[in-house]
Amino acid sequence: MIRRLFRSFRNFVYEIDQLTRFSFKMVLSCFGRPIYISETMEQMYLIGIGSLFLVVLTGIFAGQAMALQFSNELADFGSKNYLGRIMSLAIIRELGPILAGLMVAARVASGITAEIGSMKSSNQLDALLSFGVDPIRKLAAPRLIALVVMVPVLTIICDVVAIVGGWIIAIFLSHITSTTYLSAVNERLTFGNVFMGVLKPVVFAFIIAFISCYKGFTTKGGTKGVGRSTTESVMIASISILIVNFILTKVVFSFLKGYL
Amino acid sequence: MIRLDKVNFGYNTEQVLHDVSFHIKPGESRIIMGGSGSGKSTILRLILGLDCPWSGEVYIDGENICGQKLKHLQEIRKQIGMVFQEGALFDSMTIAENVGYYLFEHTKKKESEIEQEARRMLEFVDLDPGIMDKLPEELSGGMRRRVAIARALLSTRPKIMLFDEPTTGLDPQATKNVMNLIRKLRKEENIAVIIVTHQIADALKLADKFVVIQKGRIVFDGDMDELRGSENPEVIKFLAPFRESISDVVKRNFV
Ligand SMILES: Nc1ncnc2c1ncn2[C@@H]1O[C@H](COP(=O)(O)OP(=O)(O)O)[C@@H](O)[C@H]1O
Ligand SMILES: [Mg+2]
Repeated sequence: MIRRLFRSFRNFVYEIDQLTRFSFKMVLSCFGRPIYISETMEQMYLIGIGSLFLVVLTGIFAGQAMALQFSNELADFGSKNYLGRIMSLAIIRELGPILAGLMVAARVASGITAEIGSMKSSNQLDALLSFGVDPIRKLAAPRLIALVVMVPVLTIICDVVAIVGGWIIAIFLSHITSTTYLSAVNERLTFGNVFMGVLKPVVFAFIIAFISCYKGFTTKGGTKGVGRSTTESVMIASISILIVNFILTKVVFSFLKGYL
Repeated sequence: MIRLDKVNFGYNTEQVLHDVSFHIKPGESRIIMGGSGSGKSTILRLILGLDCPWSGEVYIDGENICGQKLKHLQEIRKQIGMVFQEGALFDSMTIAENVGYYLFEHTKKKESEIEQEARRMLEFVDLDPGIMDKLPEELSGGMRRRVAIARALLSTRPKIMLFDEPTTGLDPQATKNVMNLIRKLRKEENIAVIIVTHQIADALKLADKFVVIQKGRIVFDGDMDELRGSENPEVIKFLAPFRESISDVVKRNFV
């Protein structure tokens, strides 16, 4: 029992070590030649368009649900006019980044791992190498760059949509005027909040890219192996996002207190 | 031209190859036979320099392939064409893009020029250039194998070609086509070939020198006569199911 625990701990450390090395290589491969511009553009398009619908859909409903809960609670205190402030704060700092991060993890991480994993298991990665093409530079770097650009963009879209969802609730169910809601939202659009709201998705993008590519490149054992690493990739990326989100909130809070 | 010297190698901590040595002179061909999992594909990976041995050396034209700068490694690799197991065609690209991949990646040639060359190469491997715009998944296994051969040929004009299980999983007709193509490469283009296979009956017809590998160790290295006369119990055991096809081939080719 203890030995098994020890073994899985050692495995864990080994995997973390490998993942870290791989991640360094990925970041380095974004610089220097050749740069695969058309691959990067294609990935941006696929990631952006592919997740847009999902992000908008979840954003609008989550925003509405949150507004409903908050406005009921606030009404008890007679402070319904603060709804916009709370919404803006909660969405920009937490809900937007997490929703967008998790949706992209579900939609894109699985796709990346499955694609690279099946290339690996059919020797296509070796074939690239044999043609003098570095597969990390060709496949991983464009996905990393595309994610780092697109996840923040999707987060901002998610933020906007969720705030609009709250606005619908505010006007039609809570009977707050549009101006009250929007000016309260605006009040909370401080530098600190927005900074945190953009920093988080950038970090999430790195997490998704590192894990999904690593899992793809280390896929073993045919079709079954691809399935396994795809599942693991989504799972690990989602959990990491939630954990890192907490750490970021904590850290950024202590650094940015004055600006929040 | 290719020399492996006491190569030991494995993945992670598991040793796959034990003290593997053999030597292939220019223009010579070899069949590497062995059961699956015996380390045949691994040998090809080492020859291409995709992995480096734990100990021992791999020489291509007298140069140790490990420890070379990437650029120089590319120069060395240009002499070698590799046809991977199942072809390993890039499945998001058309046949034309696959065949011309090396040129797209490493030269500034115009697309139309590359397509022209790809077309010629497809004709060389007896494929209808009409498939140029298809995706690999739309082709049969045998056609994919031939596209992979075309791709390896067009890349670099290699002096030596490595084939990993070129006929495994193909029907008899497709097998025959691929084998004829390999023969054509040897005769008309004077390309040396190394073929890795566990389909011994096919292998015997394709070359005159053989290596038998079992569990990562070379148990035989020599020509057909030596193979037949071998008294190594491992070799006898390995060839036992194929006695008939061996005598068949011997009758046809040597008598
Ligand atoms: N990427 C890899 N990681 C770990 N083990 C591997 C890998 N590739 C092959 N092996 C193992 O190495 C041994 C030899 O494999 P391989 O050279 O592919 O055999 P063959 O081509 O003769 O069937 C097998 O036991 C296989 O499980
Ligand atoms: Mg093999």
